[in-house]
Amino acid sequence: MAKVPVQFTLNGSERAEFVESGATLLTTLRDRMGDTSPKGGCHQGTCGACTVMVDGELRLSCLTLAETCEGADVRTTAGLANGEVLTPVQRAFEDAFAAQCGFCTPGMIMAATALLERNPKPDRAEVIEAISGNVCRCTGYEPIIRAVLSAARANSTSAA
Amino acid sequence: MKLSKSYFADERDDDLVEVGQSRQRSDIRGHVTGKTAYFGDRTFPGLLHLKMVRSPHHHARIKRIDTSEAEKHPGVARIVTANDVPHNLYTILILIQVGPEDEHVLAVDKVRWKGEAVVAVLADTARAAEEAAAKVKVDYEVLDPVLSIEDALNPGAPIVNEHHGRNYYLYDSGECRKVRFGNVEEGFASADHILEETYQSGPIEHAPLETSGCIVAPEANGRFTCYTNTQAMFFTLDNASIILQMPGHKLHMVGGTVGGGFGGKVDVTIEPIAILAAKLTGRPVSFIYSREEEMQVSSPRAAEKLVIKDGVMNDGRIVARQVTAYIDAGAYSRHSPYGAQKSAAHFPGPYTIPNVSVDSYCVYTNRTPSSAMRGFGVTIGDFALEVQMDKLARKIGMDPLEFRFINAYRDGDMKAHRQLTEGAALIECMQEVSIIADWPVDERFMAMSSRTREN
Repeated sequence: MAKVPVQFTLNGSERAEFVESGATLLTTLRDRMGDTSPKGGCHQGTCGACTVMVDGELRLSCLTLAETCEGADVRTTAGLANGEVLTPVQRAFEDAFAAQCGFCTPGMIMAATALLERNPKPDRAEVIEAISGNVCRCTGYEPIIRAVLSAARANSTSAA
Repeated sequence: MKLSKSYFADERDDDLVEVGQSRQRSDIRGHVTGKTAYFGDRTFPGLLHLKMVRSPHHHARIKRIDTSEAEKHPGVARIVTANDVPHNLYTILILIQVGPEDEHVLAVDKVRWKGEAVVAVLADTARAAEEAAAKVKVDYEVLDPVLSIEDALNPGAPIVNEHHGRNYYLYDSGECRKVRFGNVEEGFASADHILEETYQSGPIEHAPLETSGCIVAPEANGRFTCYTNTQAMFFTLDNASIILQMPGHKLHMVGGTVGGGFGGKVDVTIEPIAILAAKLTGRPVSFIYSREEEMQVSSPRAAEKLVIKDGVMNDGRIVARQVTAYIDAGAYSRHSPYGAQKSAAHFPGPYTIPNVSVDSYCVYTNRTPSSAMRGFGVTIGDFALEVQMDKLARKIGMDPLEFRFINAYRDGDMKAHRQLTEGAALIECMQEVSIIADWPVDERFMAMSSRTREN
């Protein structure tokens, strides 16, 4: 089957691959580029475990064709930390016990990160809305909501 | 939250310091950075993808299987059929002598539930495997299905599973697991009121976010490394060894972080066929359930039907409890004979009742085989028992919490299945609940202890 070239920035690095036409961003990231932080929970856009950011917007990578990301800026949970230094969202998830099995966590963290980038001081309802596309089957939503609110507080404190 | 350390103070060192403290998980750094490795995060050169051809019928005879078109599909490496499986009959708990073997890895002669595995297709890509699987032709003669507990136990019902020869599991105690304690008929005769209610539940799917699966790599030393998200490593190892007629040292099972299980990953429906496929092709094989398979094919919690009959006195004492439980195993045993057995011991609930009779049936139907899920055999029973407790309290006009104090088991009480009650602390928990929930009870209940009885 004819392959097509795709080239985009992944977590700040230029990446290029030949993929099958119709390959999703999820399989391209995981199988070709070695970034397994986005997870495939349903492959039909309902669970949110594959959530990444493309040009600053949240995207379900299982429903995004790699070809449509040509020249884009793709960010995943694997690229958030600066070495050992975590982002406030990551630190808050650690401190608030906001993960159990961890499979939904990378998608949750991208959803929370995108929220705080566009709305640094969300209220509880806005946090719930922001993670409503991400399923957690260990049913730890409350600690996740608390973590996001706490990350927002940490942001505003450090900005002040 | 208040932590009361007084109750068991004389039985242990009072060194509990974790409750009420915030602690980080040991694996949390991997979770928040996306570095935690799940089995499916591995890639292998030459990886084959396994797609299962499944029964579209609840109950049917297999007349003919034609794989010729599928074999010609571009990218197909191998088609695996029942004839390829060395010992194509198993049951998970044979490891602890709970037989008979009653389930095929790939269906032989008959399919017994909608979704049963019939033929495995291996191809270079998941897409090619899926396309080729659609080209496998299976001719079925559709048989009458048995789709409910009631239908299964009707005399003259079609037999679901010939390896049992009847539509229920035969225990050493007979057609059901039985508990007999005191004399329920005398208890009912002496009761002021009798209440009989029926409770039913449907199957429940665990729906873990990470679907069930494994990747098997053939090694140069003749072993097979199986990266799996099973919750039951040794069930998997030993059953794979039996099914494949392969000594255990040839099988290297590698577990790791599981993306949600809840009991849904203790069956052995994935690894043996994937290991066999790797052996037959000499290539690494990935067999990962689609979301649809996880929801439709993986074992759910069993459907249950519970008939609870209680005799109760006007003063609140339950004097007799009779339970007939039907646990819907689906087409195959898996863990359900154990679940039904567990329910039998559990049914009096945390209450001391002098006359108890329990019959727990493990019933076979042409439904998705059920298996383990968080407290299986007990959870649905607890729902039914506690609803029944509220109904009993209402019947005699008593406060539902006080009613539970009257019947709560205490240390030293003999339970219906002949286990002595120890370390119950139920009274003390209910006293705390009464305070926290602001649901006051009479002071005589607040003076009770699990360790003694008032005359």
